[in-house]
Amino acid sequence: MQPILQIQGVSKRYEAHQALNQVSFEVPQGSIFGLLGPNGAGKTSLIRIITQITAPDEGQVLFEGQPLQPRHVQQIGYLPEERGLYKKMKVGEQLVYLARLRGLEKADATQRIKTWAERLDLKTWLNKNVEDLSKGMQQKVQFIATVLHEPKLLILDEPFSGFDPVNANIIRDEILKLRDQGCTVIFSTHRMESVEQMCDYIVMINRSHKVMEGSVREVKSRYRSHTYHVEGTGKLLIMSPDFKVLTQSQHGNEFKAEVQLEPQVGPNQLLRYLTERVEVHGFQEKVPSIHDIFIQTVTQEAHG
Amino acid sequence: MDKIWLVFQREYLVRVRKKSFIVMTILGPLLMALVMIVPIWLATMSDDTKVVQVLDESGYLKGKLTSTEELKFINVPGPVETAKAAYLQSEDAALLYIPQLDLEKPQGIQLFSQKSTSLSMKGNLEKQVRQELEEVKFVNSGIDQQVLDKIKTPISIRTVNLSAEGEKSSDVAVTTGVGFMGAFLVYLFIFIYGAQIMRGVIEEKTSRILEVMVSSVKPFQLMAGKILGIAAVGLTQFLLWIVLTSAISAGVTSRFDLKRFSDEQISQTTQGMESERDVQQAQEIHELFSATQNLNYPLLIGSFLFYFLGGYLLYGALFGAVGAAVDSETDSQQFMLPITVPLILSFIVAQTIIIKNPNGPVAFWMSMIPFTSPVVMMLRMPFGVPTWELLLSMFLLMLGFIGTIWVAARIYRVGILMYGKKVNYRELSKWLFYKG
Repeated sequence: MQPILQIQGVSKRYEAHQALNQVSFEVPQGSIFGLLGPNGAGKTSLIRIITQITAPDEGQVLFEGQPLQPRHVQQIGYLPEERGLYKKMKVGEQLVYLARLRGLEKADATQRIKTWAERLDLKTWLNKNVEDLSKGMQQKVQFIATVLHEPKLLILDEPFSGFDPVNANIIRDEILKLRDQGCTVIFSTHRMESVEQMCDYIVMINRSHKVMEGSVREVKSRYRSHTYHVEGTGKLLIMSPDFKVLTQSQHGNEFKAEVQLEPQVGPNQLLRYLTERVEVHGFQEKVPSIHDIFIQTVTQEAHG
Repeated sequence: MDKIWLVFQREYLVRVRKKSFIVMTILGPLLMALVMIVPIWLATMSDDTKVVQVLDESGYLKGKLTSTEELKFINVPGPVETAKAAYLQSEDAALLYIPQLDLEKPQGIQLFSQKSTSLSMKGNLEKQVRQELEEVKFVNSGIDQQVLDKIKTPISIRTVNLSAEGEKSSDVAVTTGVGFMGAFLVYLFIFIYGAQIMRGVIEEKTSRILEVMVSSVKPFQLMAGKILGIAAVGLTQFLLWIVLTSAISAGVTSRFDLKRFSDEQISQTTQGMESERDVQQAQEIHELFSATQNLNYPLLIGSFLFYFLGGYLLYGALFGAVGAAVDSETDSQQFMLPITVPLILSFIVAQTIIIKNPNGPVAFWMSMIPFTSPVVMMLRMPFGVPTWELLLSMFLLMLGFIGTIWVAARIYRVGILMYGKKVNYRELSKWLFYKG
């Protein structure tokens, strides 16, 4: 299937500051795509290029195989990190206004607003001024405004900031539901646990360069270090050139340890080695979390 | 274009529905009326009567100074030292000392007072003393006061604008008044509604809605919609004011039966009057009245609308750019100054130089420069401006606002997404040449 979005060699400069340098990647249709990177890496610059707020200096962006055009705005929903609403406007009117700016008819918009307001428990608030709403509710309104025109591509910049855990879950479920309906979601966040939970693919940008990309599983396996966490009872004493003990602790008769395998050695060999000597209660591969990978990549870059 | 229209609608409706808009629309004409009436009313209120002690050693003025509502004269005995000492004990306003005078060269008249004397009191006293001394001189040189009174002739020149179409009474006071009114309105509207544009942009910036907006609307569309929407609010208010004011003045007209003073009925009206003074006053009112009627209102209102809109667009775009460049209204001062200076300057110059000489070189050049022409031209309009000057000025104003809108759009585009950064002029000038 054709990727919904292709970023091809995109560069952007602001005076002395290079925001993006030859960034290329593709966003597969119907996926949740994590756009990761530390502050100031160039994520927002890239998003602003995709949403046509700015234009790239070099390279191009293809939406469903075609260079970006103004009409594509109607197929993209963008929830920026810096987001707000007109405070003195009624919630309902504001949603209609934002929907119409994205090409929806008034009647159509009103109908959809009703449905969404019911879904997110906002129905009684449609006639209130925005400034009377709590911050969490305002965030819900912003979310509705972003998805109201049923965009094919949804760009969410830190969508969970400002939500309490309950509402964050509601929004997360809505995002997943939209994905299931065929919507592609680009997801920019610092909260790595939500990346791990939700994303199918990730790309990481650091200091204006793309430093990593792939499916979450792929990236994780790339960062596997063949390390296993073992615990059990007995006195653990590993003396084999095949295994390297990284950490080990002994409390009375109980032990915990992290053991790294040499490249040609499989986990079963370690298990066999252990069962001959101690009683194993737990054995688990230590897979790096996206969080670890993120920090590792960013700090490596900083030192290298 | 659709999107500009949508933004326009929002900006217009949000503002027109505000309570403050409705209140201002009703209060505006009343406040205007107050501004005009209160100073007159205050001026007619007389102050307390002030007592002036008079020590007249010359003998020319004995009993001659007439007390008025403001001044009351009492004679005090000399010599001057005792009079001064006595005056210090009293609570009277002043002590007027007139020494022995040489009529040809009256010198040494002094006014002692405990507080500073007002200019009007000094003028009043000078006038009275002069009159009395002149009278003495007339008598001395054998001229009869009554003869002199007969010779004095009151003159009032009726100004008439002569053109191919015929004669029209004009009245410098009325023309100046109408011109001044137009200039003042343009000035006021640019300030009030220009500042509204700026505040609107700052509000959008601080509420962080702009990034949401510009992902579906081009910054230029957003700016254009806002500027036009607010212009429509201004025009709506202005029209409502006109309607309300004409309702009020219709009330006034019927109350005072001003028809009596119109061209057709003035002779009948004066016939019914007995005293000469009434006739003269009626004639004066008639002149004012017909001068007001003889102004070319379609041209005046048409050019008012043009200069109002043109000036507003010119300045409004700049106000919008300032709003985009700053984070809060407090930061806006440094950028506001260069915008407001030409506007204020044109208004000050309008009041002084241009009222004196509405067709002079200063008036000409200031009505050509787009930054000053809206105010200055409005002032010149009622005096009659050559067509080519008017057209040239309008053309330059259009060039002017296209220019400022171009500059503003570029600053706006960059500024609205720039947060927490103190901007200076160098930075702004760079924004003008950013790509994409």
